[in-house]
Amino acid sequence: METTDIGLWGVPLAILGGAIRVSTPFIFVSLGEAITERSGRINLGLEGILVFGAMSAYAVAVMTGSPWLGVVAAAGAGACFGLFHGWICKFPKVNDIAIGIALMLFGSGLAFFFGKPFIQPSAPDLPAIPLGWWSSVPQVQAALNVNVLFLIGAALAVFLWWAFRNTRAGLIVRVVGDSSDAARAMGLNPNTVRLLATGVGGALAAIGGAYLSLYYPGSWSEGVSSGQGLMAVALVIFARWNPIGCFAAALLFGGAGALGPALQSVGVTQGYYLFYAAPYILTLIIMIATSSPGRSLAGAPGELSITK
Amino acid sequence: MTNRFMISRRQLLKTSAAGAALGIASSALPFRSAFAAGVTVGFIYVGPKDDYGYNQAHAEGAAMLKGMDGVTVVEEENVPETVDVQKTMESMISLDGASLVFPTSFGYFDPHMLAMAAKFPEVQFRHCGGMWTEGKHPTNTGSYFGYIGQGQYLNGIAAGHATKTKKIGFVAAKPIPQVLLNINSFLLGARSVDPSITCQVIFTGEWSLAVKEAEATNALIDQGVDVVTCHVDSPKVVVETAAGRGAFICGYHANQSPLAPEKYLTGAEWNWANVYKMYVEKLVAGEALPNFTRGGLADGFVKMSPLGPAVPDAGRAQFEATLAEIMKGGFSVIKGPLKNNKGDVVAADGQAFAETAIELESMDYLVEGVVGSTS
Repeated sequence: METTDIGLWGVPLAILGGAIRVSTPFIFVSLGEAITERSGRINLGLEGILVFGAMSAYAVAVMTGSPWLGVVAAAGAGACFGLFHGWICKFPKVNDIAIGIALMLFGSGLAFFFGKPFIQPSAPDLPAIPLGWWSSVPQVQAALNVNVLFLIGAALAVFLWWAFRNTRAGLIVRVVGDSSDAARAMGLNPNTVRLLATGVGGALAAIGGAYLSLYYPGSWSEGVSSGQGLMAVALVIFARWNPIGCFAAALLFGGAGALGPALQSVGVTQGYYLFYAAPYILTLIIMIATSSPGRSLAGAPGELSITK
Repeated sequence: MTNRFMISRRQLLKTSAAGAALGIASSALPFRSAFAAGVTVGFIYVGPKDDYGYNQAHAEGAAMLKGMDGVTVVEEENVPETVDVQKTMESMISLDGASLVFPTSFGYFDPHMLAMAAKFPEVQFRHCGGMWTEGKHPTNTGSYFGYIGQGQYLNGIAAGHATKTKKIGFVAAKPIPQVLLNINSFLLGARSVDPSITCQVIFTGEWSLAVKEAEATNALIDQGVDVVTCHVDSPKVVVETAAGRGAFICGYHANQSPLAPEKYLTGAEWNWANVYKMYVEKLVAGEALPNFTRGGLADGFVKMSPLGPAVPDAGRAQFEATLAEIMKGGFSVIKGPLKNNKGDVVAADGQAFAETAIELESMDYLVEGVVGSTS
C-alpha cells in the first residue's frame, strides 16, 4: 500500500471525505421528508423506513448479486411504508406524529426480524466513481471516491428546488401543504397529494438506507442507522424545507461527524466525547443564530401539525 | 418511569401461582418444580448473536451446551444495558426456570444483575467481565473473563512483521481496563518486532456504532496506518473498511478471515465453550460454581485465528515461538521497564505483571508508543 504522510492536512481532508461519505443517507432522508412536509404532513417513521430499506437492499443484493436491484427493492419497500403512513393519516383525527413513531418502531422491528439471516453474508457494494484520479496522494483519492448515490442525491436536491418553484407538480404539493382549503377550492384532493408525497418520501428514505448497507459502512447490522433517520427529519426543519438547504445541512452534518475520529488520528486525543457532540452543538448554534422571537419559522408549510 | 405503578408479568404470575397454591392445598410446591428434570441456562446478549464479534463468540459457546444431556439453553439477543435486562433475567428465571444466567455484556453488571441477584438468591449469575469482587458482591454472582490481551500481543507480533509504515492502528470503543490492556498488548507485541513502531488509537465512545467505526478506520489509514485491529462489539465494519483501503487486519472476538482472506493476518478469538461447559457440568453435578474464573490461551479460554498468507516467514516463526511460550503459562506482556505515554513509570525494571495479575484489571493508562488518551 502506497502512503503519503499528510499530517494535519488529514483533518480538513477527513471532513471533506466524511461529508461525502456520511452525508448521503441524510440527503435522501431529508429530501424525502422535505417532500412529505411540503405537502403538509410529517412522517417521523422515516427512521424505521431507513432501517427497513437498509435491510431489504442488503438482502436483495445478497440474493441476486446486484446492488442496484437492492436499491430498487428498497425504494419499493420504502414507498409501501410511505403509502401506508399516508393512507392511515387520511382518516380524520389521526395524528401523523403518533403514526410516524409507530411506523418507526414497526419498520425497525420488521427489519430486525427479516434481517436475521443477512447479518453474516457479504453483499456486493454499490460502485463509486474515483473523482480523485488527478491526485497522486492516496488519501485524497480515497476521500474523493464518490458514490453514485451521492451524485444522484445532489442532483435530486437541485431538481427538487427547481421543481417546487417551477413545475405544476411542485406547486400542487406546496399549495396542499400551505392550505387545504385553497387546494380544495382549486379542485385538488389534498389526501391524494399527501398520499403520493409520503410514498415518494418513503422511497427516498429507503434509498438512503440502501446506501448505508450497500456502500458505507457497507454491511447490514441492526445498529447500522443509530438514529440517522431521526436526525435527518430534524435537518429538514433546520434547512427550512428547502431542498438545497437539506443538501447543505447533510454535508455539514457528515463533515462535523468526521471531526471526532480525524482529530484523534492526528493526536488531538483529549475530550473526544466533546468532538463527537460537534454536529449537535453546531445545529444548536445555527438554530439559535437564525431564530427570531418576532416571527414564526420562515418557510414552514402552513398545514404542518407542528405549526398549526 | 412509570414502572412502579405497573404489575410486571412475573409478579402477576407469582400472584396467580400463589392463588392457585392456596386453592389447591396440596400444591405447595414452588412454581419452578415442574422444570426440575434438567437445568436451564439463560444467555443474554447485547447485540445480534451472529455479528462476527463479541455476541457471536458467546453464542457459539452457548450453542455447544445445546448438545448436552438435560441442559436447556434459553437466549435473548439485542437486550439493552437498561432495566430491560432485568426484565429479561426475571422472565428467564420465573418463566423458563433458569437456574444459571449469563448476562454477557459489560453494562449488565451494575445495577441490573446485582438487583436480580438480591431478588433471586437461589439463582446463580455469572457475568462476563472483570467486575466481581469478593466481599463486595453477593456470592450467587461472579465473573468470568479471558486473558485475551495475550491474543492481542500475538496480533501485535503479526502486525509488527506486516507493517511497512511502522504505524499500526486500533479502533476502540471505550477506555475501560480490558480495552486499554488490549491496546497496550497490541503495541507491545509489535514493539517486540521493531521498537520504533507506534500505535494510533481512536475511541468511538460506543460498543457498536457502524458509521463512526468506518470513519475511525478511514482516519487511521489516512494517517498512514497499515495494520488495523479493534475492540468493538462487531469488527465486521472495521475489517471490511480496512481491507477496502488495502490495510492489513488483525481480528478480534471471532474469526473474521472470511471477510478479507488476503488481508487478514491473525486474530484473537474467544473460546467460551470450555468455560460454559465447566459451569454447567458443575451445576449438573451439584457442585458449587466458582465466583471468579479467569483463563487465557493456555487454559483454552482464548484461541488464535490461523495465520493469514500475508504474514512473512520471520513473523510466523516469532508468532509460533511466542505462542509456545505463552502456552506454558505465566507469560507477562506488561513488564518493566515500562512507561505510560505521559512519561510516568508503570512498571519498574524487573517488575512483571503476569496475565493473572489483578492489577491489570484496573489498568488506566496507555503505554509509551500509543498515540491516544484515555479521556
